[in-house]
Amino acid sequence: MTGVMSAETMRGAYRRASARRVAMIVAAVLVLALLMMLDLTTGPSGMPLPVVLKGLADGPHGASRGVATILWDLRMPQTLMGALVGACLGLAGLQMQTILGNPLASPFTLGFSAAAGFGAALAIMFGGLVPLPSYLVIPASAFAMTLVACGLVYLVARLRSASPEILVLGGIAVLFFFQSVQSLLQFLASPEVLQQIVFWLFGSLLKATWTSVTVCAVILAGSLPFVLRDIWALTTLRLGDAGALSLGVPVEAVRRRTFLLVAVLTAGAVSFVGTIGFIGLIAPHAARTLVGEDHRFALPLAAVTGAVILIGASVFGKLISPGAVIPVGIITAVAGVPILFAIITRRGRKGG
Amino acid sequence: MTLDLTSVGVRRGRTTILDTVGCTLQPGQIVGLIGPNGTGKSTLINAIATLLPFSGTIRWHGRPVELGKIGYMPQHALVQADLTVTETVLLGRHERLGWQVKATDLDAAIHALEEFGIAGLHDRSMNILSGGQQQLVLLAQRLLRQPDLLLLDEATSALDIRHQMQVFDRLRAYVQRTGALVVIAIHDLNLAARHTDRILLLHQGRVAGDGPFETVISPDALRRVYGIEAEILVSPSGHRAILPLGAHG
Repeated sequence: MTGVMSAETMRGAYRRASARRVAMIVAAVLVLALLMMLDLTTGPSGMPLPVVLKGLADGPHGASRGVATILWDLRMPQTLMGALVGACLGLAGLQMQTILGNPLASPFTLGFSAAAGFGAALAIMFGGLVPLPSYLVIPASAFAMTLVACGLVYLVARLRSASPEILVLGGIAVLFFFQSVQSLLQFLASPEVLQQIVFWLFGSLLKATWTSVTVCAVILAGSLPFVLRDIWALTTLRLGDAGALSLGVPVEAVRRRTFLLVAVLTAGAVSFVGTIGFIGLIAPHAARTLVGEDHRFALPLAAVTGAVILIGASVFGKLISPGAVIPVGIITAVAGVPILFAIITRRGRKGG
Repeated sequence: MTLDLTSVGVRRGRTTILDTVGCTLQPGQIVGLIGPNGTGKSTLINAIATLLPFSGTIRWHGRPVELGKIGYMPQHALVQADLTVTETVLLGRHERLGWQVKATDLDAAIHALEEFGIAGLHDRSMNILSGGQQQLVLLAQRLLRQPDLLLLDEATSALDIRHQMQVFDRLRAYVQRTGALVVIAIHDLNLAARHTDRILLLHQGRVAGDGPFETVISPDALRRVYGIEAEILVSPSGHRAILPLGAHG
């Protein structure tokens, strides 16, 4: 501990580490761009890369109607939606893990996905009563229910304290409640409706449209200023509640407003495409492993990593069964389990 | 410009942990909070830091204490985060930091590392530091904020003798330079004898002694409060050391 170390060396080390982390984020963005291109070139109807590139260059009103329709009306919204949903879930996942101080938390820990599922099931069963098209009613209902779940947990946190324990307990109660009422709906539903509900729950990018892309993009962009505002407070929260408090961080307030952001980001992500598990759990771990826990770097990287994982799963799904696209939610969940095990065992070795 | 405690009491359920503690502490001093286990040292520190409800009043500069404006270090401050030592110390100034960390802030953090003799650890992750190394990092972080009131709960307990000396030298220099008040809960009586200006001896939730070490700590006080037999040795240079001889059943 007494080795001579010049201030210049330390300054240089810090700046170099920062530069390396920025480079890591840039590299992740490049990987994402590549995967998105790959995603655009894969699909049931095939389409070689040169045709895709030409189709992209020609724009949505290009000469070849077939190419333009497949590319701009079908694949492009799915690819963009995949990136947006992955980014929302990655971002929300890291925020959730930070405010709960728990690496096994995810955007779904506090019951948001169960609430969205219930909202969707409700709309699928009774949406016919509302004079609006179902592609709007279902996401709107899922979104609304997620916010209801968030409101319930928020209320509990407000009445008691916004400690991780209270949030998790409130969240578990909300999770079970919405899971139960959703099971009740499924029990009461007719076979066709039941099938629709189950399909919604799978989580699939096939549901993506330009409308959903726009809404999801607006939600993500609208949340960003609030996410960035607390970026140093979130890093400081990693010192523990007492540590952060003694550095002047309003811990409970930061936790409450971050929790609201997580709800909005999660609702925006799952309302249109259904529940896509594990991304919000794994992307933050990948980000932390690559750039550490300075949230200036970890938050953007968690978002990009989330997008990379989701698009990667989408490409993979299309490659293994070109005819019938496997819902991406199933792939992320299946691929997520071994990764989760790896995280748990690695954590165990470090002694918790 | 004093820290005034007036009949401060803390209860947990039916148990009284602190009972009518009162004192006025002057800036520019290092005050040692001593007493047996479970006697309310940490409780008093936490009450001053506004981290738990108490009766009575605590005033700093005549106003209630604001946690974010003072320096406070809890007893078990172990950090489990993948942050480097430089990054962690830098968080002492998190309010001032933006996307780019300014050279002045980075240099201040680096200077704090040098002051506490932990420059060699600058790029290590907090995850892999020992408890003592973490204590040094967190102390450096707290002092980076230049607090005029510093509350330390056993902040040197995990340090080796050399680093204990170093920390107290740093604290002394800091107090002399800024006129701050340092209140430190401490078990090591010899360390308290050597480095504090004033002792607040707690016993069963009450103040059992208040003043300079040599007036507060006598063989009789040690018998009464700690239940031990001890001699107090005075070295040729005038320093005091406690020689424990035995404990009462």
